[in-house]
Amino acid sequence: MAVLLLAEINGADLSVDQTAKAVTAAAALGDVTVLCASTGCSGAAEAAAKLDGVAKVLCADDAAYGNGLAEPIADLIVSLAGDYEHIVAPATASGKNILPRVAALLDVMVISDVTGITDANIFERPTYAGNAMQTVQSSDATKVLTIRTAGFDAAGSNGSAAVEDISAAANPGLSEWVEDKVQTSDRPDLTSAGSVVSGGRGVGSEENFAIIEKLADKLGAAVGASRAAVDSGYAPNDWQVGQTGKVVAPDLYIAIGISGAIQHLAGMKDSKVIVAINKDEEAPIFQIADYGLVADLFEAVPALHDALD
Amino acid sequence: MKVLVPVKRVIDYNVKVRVKADGSGVDLANVKMSMNPFDEIAVEQAIRLKEAGKVEEIVVVSIGIKQSQETLRTALAMGADRAILIIAADDVHTDLEPLAVAKLLKAVIDEEQPSLVLAGKQAIDNDMNATGQMLSALLGWSQATYASELEIDGDSATVTREVDGGLQTIKVKMPAIVTVDLRLNEPRYASLPNIMKAKRKPMDEKTPADYGVDVTPRLTILGTFEPASRSAGVMVADVAELVAKLRDEAGVL
Repeated sequence: MAVLLLAEINGADLSVDQTAKAVTAAAALGDVTVLCASTGCSGAAEAAAKLDGVAKVLCADDAAYGNGLAEPIADLIVSLAGDYEHIVAPATASGKNILPRVAALLDVMVISDVTGITDANIFERPTYAGNAMQTVQSSDATKVLTIRTAGFDAAGSNGSAAVEDISAAANPGLSEWVEDKVQTSDRPDLTSAGSVVSGGRGVGSEENFAIIEKLADKLGAAVGASRAAVDSGYAPNDWQVGQTGKVVAPDLYIAIGISGAIQHLAGMKDSKVIVAINKDEEAPIFQIADYGLVADLFEAVPALHDALD
Repeated sequence: MKVLVPVKRVIDYNVKVRVKADGSGVDLANVKMSMNPFDEIAVEQAIRLKEAGKVEEIVVVSIGIKQSQETLRTALAMGADRAILIIAADDVHTDLEPLAVAKLLKAVIDEEQPSLVLAGKQAIDNDMNATGQMLSALLGWSQATYASELEIDGDSATVTREVDGGLQTIKVKMPAIVTVDLRLNEPRYASLPNIMKAKRKPMDEKTPADYGVDVTPRLTILGTFEPASRSAGVMVADVAELVAKLRDEAGVL
C-alpha cells in the first residue's frame, strides 16, 4: 500500500535526520512517496530522493508553502490524499501543526507521536507524558500519523527516486507569515545530537548557562534545558526537553541542576546513558540516571570540562 | 467580541500515573483531577483580553463526564462568564477522541458565533495535540498553534508561536483558533469571593445528541502498558570517577 510522507523542511532545506527516520517508519507500511512543500525546495526534493526506501518524491515549489503555514499545506496534502492509505510526518512542531488539520479534513483521527508500528492499522504511542504506552487500532480508511523519530534509525542515502514537480493547491489565504526568530548555532541539532548537555533551574541564571554551553561545546553536544530553566528565562524555548518540548534519545544525556520532574523525564528517558549532576541527593533524576553525582554544579561542571582535556 | 475556551478535566499534573494491572488503561479512580494546565493558560488569556477591553464575553465549554462541571466552575471562578457542559460519558476512563471533541465544539461554535477560540495546545492525558487544529479545519478558520504571544488587532491577530527552531510570528484572519503554549502567561488563582460568585454563573447542560454529533471512536485501544523502566545506576564520588566510568564502562567519551 502507498504512504505519503510530508518531509520536514527548514527554510528550503531538507531536515535530513527527521525525514530519514520517518522514512524508516513509513517504509514498514508500504511504498513511500515523499512530499516536499516549500519555496525553492528542489534541493530538498533531490536530497529526499536519495533516502533509501523512497519510491518517489513530489516537489510542490510555491511561495504559499515557504513558511510552513498549516492551512495551505494541509489543503495540498488533502488534494493528494486519495492515492494513499497512510499519511505520515515526523512529530515535529510543524508535523503536529499540519497533520491533525489534514486528518479532520479527511474525517479521520490523527495518531500522534507514534513510537511503534505493528501493522497497517495498529500503532503504539505514549500517553500521560510517556508514563502509559498505548496500542491503538485505527478503523479509518486513511491513517494519518506523526512519527516520534527518536525511536527509529535514519534511512541511508543511497537511493535515487524520481522527483516529480507538482502544482500548488489553492491557497485559502487565512494566515500570513510575519517573521521567524531562529537561533543559529554551530552546535548539533538537539533532536539528532549524539550527546546532549541540559541545564535546569539549579543553573540559576541566563549568564550561568554559559557553563552548560561550554561543557556541551567541549563534548560536541547539543544544549538542552528543563521547562523550569526556560520559564525562568535562562534558556530559549527551542532548547526545552520534555513532554511539551523536544523528545531526545542521544547516546549520552547529561542533566545538570535538573530535579527530574516527570514532564522532563518524558523527553529524555530513552537516552542510552544518563548522567545526573545535582546537589540534592533526593532529586528524582537520580532514580533513572546511570551515573549520579551529588555535587555543586558550579564546581563539578567546570571540573568535568577540564577533565575532558 | 466573544471568546470560547474549551477546558478539559484531566489527571492532576503532579499525580503519578499508574497503569492498571490488566492493561485496560490508567487508574483514574480516586485520583486528583484538575483543569488541563494548558487550558488554564487559555482561560487566563481570555480573561486578560477581557480586562484589556477587547473581549465582552468568555464562554467555557467542557466535554466529558458530569464531574467536568468542577473544571468549568474553576474557569468561572477565574473569570469566565458562562459555561456549557456536554456530558458525553459516564465513566472517567472514557476519553473522547479529539475528532469527536472538535465536532462537538464546532456545533457549539455554530450556535455561539465567537470570534476567537483559545484552546490548550494539548491535554496532558492523551497528549494528542490535535483538537485545536482539527476544530480549525472543520470550521475552515485560520489556525495558530503553540502561541507564546497574542495580539488582537481588529479583524486579525498576530501570534508568536513556539516552533522547533525558535519562534515564528504569523498574522491570522479572525475568526481564528489559537492554541496556547506554556509561556503565554501565568494563570491566576481564583479568589474565595470569586469561587462563591462562580456558583451563581450560568451553566448549560447538553449531550452530544443535542448537537447531532456521532462521537463513536475511530481508534480502539487494544492495550495500555508501562513503558520500559529504567533503574537507577550508580552514584559516583567525584568528577574523576564519573569520567572514568563514562570512558571505560559506558564507552560514551
